[in-house]
Amino acid sequence: MTTAETEQSSKLREQIRQVLNAQAQPTITVLSSLIAVQDSIHYLPDEAIKETATFCGSTINEVWSVASFYTNFRFTKPGDKTLDVCWGPSCHLVGAQQILDSVHAALEIKEEGESPDGKVTLKYNTCLGACAQGPVIAINHHLIGKQTPESAAKIARELRGQSS
Amino acid sequence: MSTPFEDLQARAAKRWSELTEGESAWIRVGGGTSGQAAGADAVLEAFKSSVESTGVNANVSMVSAMGLMYLEPQVDILMPNGARVYYGNVEPEEAKAIVEQHVKEGKPLTERAFAYSGGDGTGVGNLPELQSMPMVSLQQRIATRNFGDTDPHDLLQYVANGGYTALNRALTEMTPAEIVDEVKAAGLRGRGGAAFPAGVKWSFLAPSDAPVKYVLCNCEEGDPGAFNDKGIIENDPHTLVEGLIINGYATRSTHGYIFIRTGHELPIESARKAIAAAYEAGLLGKNILGTDFSFDMEVSLTGDSYVAGEETALMEAIEGKRSTPRFKPPFPAAAGLWQKPTNINNVKTLAYVPEIVRNGSDWFKSIGTETTSGTAIVCLSGHITYPGMYEVPMGMTIREVLEKVGGGVSVGERIKVLQAGGPLNGLLGEDAFDTMIDFDAMSAAGASIGSGGIIVGNETVNVVDLLRSLIAFNQFESCGKCFPCRLGNTHMLEILDRMCQNKAKSADLALLERVGTSMKAGSLCGHGQLGFNPIASALKYFGDEIKSCLAGEIAPGGVFGDGTMILPTRTRP
Ligand SMILES: Cc1cc2nc3c(=O)[nH]c(=O)nc-3n(C[C@H](O)[C@H](O)[C@H](O)COP(=O)(O)O)c2cc1C
Ligand code: SF4
Ligand code: FES
Repeated sequence: MTTAETEQSSKLREQIRQVLNAQAQPTITVLSSLIAVQDSIHYLPDEAIKETATFCGSTINEVWSVASFYTNFRFTKPGDKTLDVCWGPSCHLVGAQQILDSVHAALEIKEEGESPDGKVTLKYNTCLGACAQGPVIAINHHLIGKQTPESAAKIARELRGQSS
Repeated sequence: MSTPFEDLQARAAKRWSELTEGESAWIRVGGGTSGQAAGADAVLEAFKSSVESTGVNANVSMVSAMGLMYLEPQVDILMPNGARVYYGNVEPEEAKAIVEQHVKEGKPLTERAFAYSGGDGTGVGNLPELQSMPMVSLQQRIATRNFGDTDPHDLLQYVANGGYTALNRALTEMTPAEIVDEVKAAGLRGRGGAAFPAGVKWSFLAPSDAPVKYVLCNCEEGDPGAFNDKGIIENDPHTLVEGLIINGYATRSTHGYIFIRTGHELPIESARKAIAAAYEAGLLGKNILGTDFSFDMEVSLTGDSYVAGEETALMEAIEGKRSTPRFKPPFPAAAGLWQKPTNINNVKTLAYVPEIVRNGSDWFKSIGTETTSGTAIVCLSGHITYPGMYEVPMGMTIREVLEKVGGGVSVGERIKVLQAGGPLNGLLGEDAFDTMIDFDAMSAAGASIGSGGIIVGNETVNVVDLLRSLIAFNQFESCGKCFPCRLGNTHMLEILDRMCQNKAKSADLALLERVGTSMKAGSLCGHGQLGFNPIASALKYFGDEIKSCLAGEIAPGGVFGDGTMILPTRTRP
């Protein structure tokens, strides 16, 4: 690693240690720590795995086993905004498939992941919990219901900073 | 001298009368996850700023959602004269006119409102009374009794409406054993899926004298189509907190956990605030309400994992590990969370407890059917006219719920298929719509109340496509610990893919059934054991349709387009 990288990495480690220490609930575990870090910096870099292992008196191996199990965790930096699209059976019946198609096109991707400009991360969700308003999408966890392929594509383009 | 609880009640009564009996109008905007998805936040802001700019005397608050989700964003206005008028599908742009005409000039916009309640008995224009609407009058609200009325973040509003009287009564007038007996006598069966009698489960934990014992509340609620657990927590968290404290007292436990999936921000925030408020009011912590009972509670978050809702996997998750199920025995009452004696119940199960303790087991038993007392909290979504969350007495038929409460099919001509109770449970066809909603009647029909979700599909829904969506979910969510489930779901999905692509052979049906049988026999937990249910029930109600997909009869570009679907599939590392 170059000096600049090392410096960045130690800054990140310091930031992560602060997040780990700031957990307020009485029960603190590997999982609660990983959730806290991802809530704060939106992904789990290597530094997070290592710091969590040290903080919890666990091993890197153990922490990886937990982090890789839960599908909300991600290990690379996400885009500036996250767009969740629900593909659960209820949304499926009212058109989730078409929403996915149009969002893929608007973000110029074919599956979950970042748009080529790195601005938006697309995530599939198995149920966003507002099925009565289906099809449902969410921007940074904020839900928006009753989508059409057009409205969802418009939102996706706007998130990329493109005028619709 | 007054007791600590009487002091709390006095403060609560004062707060409630300020809100409902003063000179100010009270504008209530329905919140919750569904309200948010419909745009309630912007409506709330619009009412706040309209009240400010108009200078009228009114309180504006975000309250719990009423459950009539098709009318969201929903707003109601309680005027100082006691009349309450309800507006549905409100746009932020309408706020100013409603505030000016209704609140300032006292002229409700009856053409925009859908109902009224209360008042001097002369009605409001020609609006129907709220109670006369079938989707309201057919409900019997116990666990959801405060929905639409109170601010979930205000403990005093809960107390003002009878909250925590059950806990006070339990702690000061009843022994733990009496409460267990009361819950047993009420016939309260678990609402998390397995329908096990709650009082009986509590009686496994109660006798242990271990110094640390846990009671857990399961709000994982990963079932697509179900939103009643999160609904209760975000709309009336104190009914759950009160139920869990009573559960703790009755089983002589020391700690409670409310278990929620990360990312569901409204229910998480609501549970955390409710617990903090309960501590502050002396309802949690040391010597609750001045008695010698002490009990602690916290929220525990899990990552995204459907199987984390299985009771032993949930304990692994609270311990911070991968949420894979444990072998049983030992059962949780002997060695559960951190190997300590533990009880676990679903949110809905616990949410009934305060009312059971307050009104007695006979009252609860008088509601519902012989074998399933109480109510069902159903969530309607899909092709239904009035999607929402409704609490109806057990024993109502599915058809009544669909037609009278849900208003029938929304688009298309008829309701063809239902997915009831989550992706480990069955599909139902029209032949089964006269089934009573009751645990035993539903399971005889090959389905389950399960989590209470009912996803409605019209005649355009292709059953194989719906099955594929359900099995894709189950495959995605298999925890991978045992191979019949991990591989079986993948195998079933491949076969369904072939069917969708018009490439299936007639032998594939027997293969599906063989895989299903192996999963049932060889899987460790319910996820694998029940995973064939959707297909088994679909074969019962839609056998011909499924068989037609085996014969290679679908024209290319037909129901499945070119047959390439992009539902994500993956197995866990
Ligand atoms: C794969 C799987 C997922 C489950 N998910 C949930 C859930 O999200 N919520 C729930 O209350 N029960 C769930 N259960 C059932 C629980 O194991 C347990 O039976 C229930 O929480 C007990 O509560 P009750 O007795 O009050 O119904 C699940 C079971 C399995 C096998
Ligand atoms: S049946 Fe499936 S979900 Fe359950 S333990 Fe086995 S692999 Fe995991
Ligand atoms: S299935 Fe999409 S929000 Fe529930």
